[in-house]
Amino acid sequence: MDFVFKNKRISGILTILPKKAIKFEDEIENYSFSPAKSMKLKLAMGYKEHRIAELGQTSVDFAIYGLKYLFDNGLLNKDDIDALLFVGQSPDYIMPPSSNIIQGHFGIKEDCFCLDISQGCAGFEIGLIQAFMLLDQPAVKKVVLLNAEVLSPRTSRRDRNSWPLIGDAAAVTIVEECEGGNTIYANVKMDGTGAFALNIPAGGFRMPSTPETAVMEQDSAGNFRSKDNLVMQGDDVFNFVQREVPPMIEHLYEQSGIDRNNVDWYMFHQPNKFMLNKLADKLGVSREKMPANIVENFGNASGVTVPTCISYNLGNKLCNSEMQLCMAGFGVGLTWSSVMMKVGNLIFNEIIEF
Amino acid sequence: MKKQIVKILTELRPEFDFSQEGLDFIEEGMLDSFDMVNLVNDLDSTFGISIDGVDILPENFATVEAIEQLLKKNGAK
Repeated sequence: MDFVFKNKRISGILTILPKKAIKFEDEIENYSFSPAKSMKLKLAMGYKEHRIAELGQTSVDFAIYGLKYLFDNGLLNKDDIDALLFVGQSPDYIMPPSSNIIQGHFGIKEDCFCLDISQGCAGFEIGLIQAFMLLDQPAVKKVVLLNAEVLSPRTSRRDRNSWPLIGDAAAVTIVEECEGGNTIYANVKMDGTGAFALNIPAGGFRMPSTPETAVMEQDSAGNFRSKDNLVMQGDDVFNFVQREVPPMIEHLYEQSGIDRNNVDWYMFHQPNKFMLNKLADKLGVSREKMPANIVENFGNASGVTVPTCISYNLGNKLCNSEMQLCMAGFGVGLTWSSVMMKVGNLIFNEIIEF
Repeated sequence: MKKQIVKILTELRPEFDFSQEGLDFIEEGMLDSFDMVNLVNDLDSTFGISIDGVDILPENFATVEAIEQLLKKNGAK
């Protein structure tokens, strides 16, 4: 499904990372594999260290911390917020919505459209598309997009498929209307037949968490996890990404009329370095233009990896200039989505720690 | 090419004899998915290619012959 939007822009990106950094080497003993083999994996996948929230810190806490920073520093006026989108899969509660909790916490006006979106790896692109759609309404001038994920408490530390790459983080992105803005092109595809390639079996209404669902079990590869933990069918996800993402980006070139060589940066979701390098090679773009250093330094925080990638790699440069970005997310759902747009002259583009 | 493939496989998993004929490396548990990742990196750098991501499937790494075919398909000479 293709989308076209006009007169909209991103005006600021703030990434919020946990202070606690854990090195890959410090966790090798958790896995049922030889240290030598794990070290080879580290090099291939680009696992160096990841940021993990303190026990008790939730995705909503990170979002609130980021918003407070923006309010306190005069970077965002809470009365200007017409919509609050919360995108993530680790909400504080099944009900009420996290976006409503955040609205209430700050006393944001009642004329504010609060919406939670249950999306993960493609959550930044899905959130942007939703924000652009809202901005087509005359009543909506400014949207705050909150991508937040704290999945570490639901990920087994003895699961080498998931734990080394998992990271916790949040991002606040301000999306607003503007005059004479460049045309934005986007697309989304979904395939629910692959929904369980990434899943947490227990904890919902279908399979409530019980002492039985908390029992650790060993899989055929030697990983230990319970039904309360994240399950990642790594091979299936890898094959899905390599099959579906290159055609999606090729389609985005056609849709936008923008040549691949005129894209300044490819800001893609980051499950691991190996997967990204293969995507860059397949698309015929240099690996330098598609940074793979977020999973390496901070871990993969689902929909937060793309804004983190923008903040970390471009920082203030994006406050003083404008660049053509091709952004893409792919994963849980299965969902894959991409956005081609110019981003620049931002009011802020930085990383803080919580 | 076959000799180079066996050498790379042996460096990766020295505990196995990859020169034995009639073995399926995947079925025999000689290579898992993480080995395949390392193997692809080693093959890419040795042969100066980038194996297409859609070709990274277990069946393409099951035998030396399958790997040789995979390399040729991806431009190795």
